[in-house]
Amino acid sequence: MSKEKRIKVIVAKPGLDGHDRGAKVISRGLRDAGMEVIYTGIQQTPDDILNSIIQEDPDAVLLSILSGAHNALCSKIMEKLEENKIDDILIAVGGIIPEEDKEFLQKKGLKGFYGPGTEIKTIVEFVKNNLKR
Amino acid sequence: MTEIKTSKDQKKNDKENGKENSFKNLSNIEIKRIYYPEAIENLDYSKDLGEPGQYPFTRGAYDNMYRGRFWTMRQFAGFGTAKQTNERFKFLIDHGQTGLSVAFHFPTLYGYESTDEKALGEIGKCGVAIDTLKDMETLFDGIDLSKISTSMTINGPASILLAMYIVVGEKQGISPERLRGTIQNDILKEYIAQKSWIFPPEPSMRLIVDTIEYCTKNVPQWYTISISGYHIREAGSTAIQELAFTLADGFAYVEAALERGLNIDDFAHRLSFFFNSHNNFFEEIAKYRAARRIWARKMKDKYGAKKLESMRLRFHTQTAGVSLTAQESENNIVRVTLQALAAVLGGTQSLHTNSFDEALCLPTEKSVRIALRTQQIIANESGVSDTVDPLAGSYYIEWLTNKMEEEAENYFQKIEDLGGVIPAIKKNFFQKEIAKASYQYQKEIENKDRIIVAVNEYQPISCRNPEILKIDEKVSVDQINNLNKVKEERNNEAVKIALNKLRDATREKVNLMPYIISAVREYASIGEIVKELKEIFGIYIEDSIF
Repeated sequence: MSKEKRIKVIVAKPGLDGHDRGAKVISRGLRDAGMEVIYTGIQQTPDDILNSIIQEDPDAVLLSILSGAHNALCSKIMEKLEENKIDDILIAVGGIIPEEDKEFLQKKGLKGFYGPGTEIKTIVEFVKNNLKR
Repeated sequence: MTEIKTSKDQKKNDKENGKENSFKNLSNIEIKRIYYPEAIENLDYSKDLGEPGQYPFTRGAYDNMYRGRFWTMRQFAGFGTAKQTNERFKFLIDHGQTGLSVAFHFPTLYGYESTDEKALGEIGKCGVAIDTLKDMETLFDGIDLSKISTSMTINGPASILLAMYIVVGEKQGISPERLRGTIQNDILKEYIAQKSWIFPPEPSMRLIVDTIEYCTKNVPQWYTISISGYHIREAGSTAIQELAFTLADGFAYVEAALERGLNIDDFAHRLSFFFNSHNNFFEEIAKYRAARRIWARKMKDKYGAKKLESMRLRFHTQTAGVSLTAQESENNIVRVTLQALAAVLGGTQSLHTNSFDEALCLPTEKSVRIALRTQQIIANESGVSDTVDPLAGSYYIEWLTNKMEEEAENYFQKIEDLGGVIPAIKKNFFQKEIAKASYQYQKEIENKDRIIVAVNEYQPISCRNPEILKIDEKVSVDQINNLNKVKEERNNEAVKIALNKLRDATREKVNLMPYIISAVREYASIGEIVKELKEIFGIYIEDSIF
């Protein structure tokens, strides 16, 4: 019997935002759903995140930003990924992302945009259904 | 004649109702169907409650409470540039706010200049951008610092912002002894929960004791630490953990100041507290009452305080940001009202009521006005402030107050067994407790053990988001220009000398406040000062546990 490959996820907090409750709850939730989860901790620069991605080769990267810095930080992270020709990983962002910023972020290649009140199972399903490989 | 029921009857009734074990508050304490006199039969009025304003302060910090004056209505505000926040402050003052409370943006909280690459995207977003004294002058332009008290939510660089405030006061012609306000300056809860630390715990404690020592002599009306449970709770702790961890932090500061050789009765009355007010109404009220009693007892019995002032716990409250929902956000007005009412019935000295749109954005003028009005309605229309501690003597409230104290004591023991607060932080004790509690809370919501209206029950069919406040990206450009302009105009030689003196002093056993004030006066930036301190103190990196 072939064993299903375990999904590997990086949960990261870019920028200076210290609100890590959501990121930690989601990390635990994904782990309990059977995924392999690496939580980077807070204060990750775009370069830090790129390095984690290169090192870990995850299937998905979930960014959590509640500080309002999402447009600048996500753009930078996507630039870095493009420079490094990384395009087979699901990159998603959640936290407090206003409606009007979603389109901008979608164009940069980000998905998700889940906010307060989202259930863990919604995130689990989202990850499973949006993997690029 | 009414028949008096006993707990035995209660057990029987509960079983009949089939509701045994089904009522728990947010600290997972089992709540009984009804409370009888026997629940508090050992309660001794003078020993356990006392008069309001008297030891052990269970009934309130002051004898007259809100009959003398209402709590201070203090809305936390800060966004964009100093000029924008100055306008918001004036708006709030014009609408009857009685104290200021400053939110700083992340680069200031972490001691980075706005030009630092780490500040990318963060400028003016989560608070006001302050780089130098120039920004602080703008922030308080036209606001008389001798007439208003100011609370500043700042921790790692607290001593620098205090120094700036002192110099702004000087420039307004107000001497330091007339300044009134608070710096949060509570680094322990940063490692535990809020995460805006800069240096490792030990040098951070030195800076804090420096501010205590300096203010005791020079800024006597200043509250030197706002020992905060708010962020511990927001990070996911239970009410009991909030109570216990916060007071434990308080004891750690007292011990650090005593170790410096300060006299408890010289500084203890300038320590204040900051608690959360979450959804479970009576649990919150019991928490505040228990906090006052525990603090009074420890200050007297453990630390040998002699003055009543040193035993009096005073606190600020903010309603629970984390309880606000993005779904049907107007419902948050009702949540905030209940939470604010709990804070008032618990005897808060000042209060911030959250704006209903905070799960979506920073508050707009409209939402912040409603939040302030909520306090004014409770104060002026509800009648709840007419008498002091109106819930005292309730079997339930007194039982719950006792229970909170008892559970907090268990935590104090655990922390002591780990070697104290700092060793417990290094062992990730608090961090793990909080992560566990917040995950459990989330599971309870997902399993519908707890109902959150319009989130996991009564979901809206369609939902339109309200108008939101956006921070213009131009703020970044403006702030960077402000900083560059200051650097061109200031005396850079004098800045260099002041920073060198600060660095030299950092290596010695001296109070750093005068050196920081000198540097600030020359318009050294927060980023520059922190950089000097980092070279000697080093930085802190946490374990990324979840």
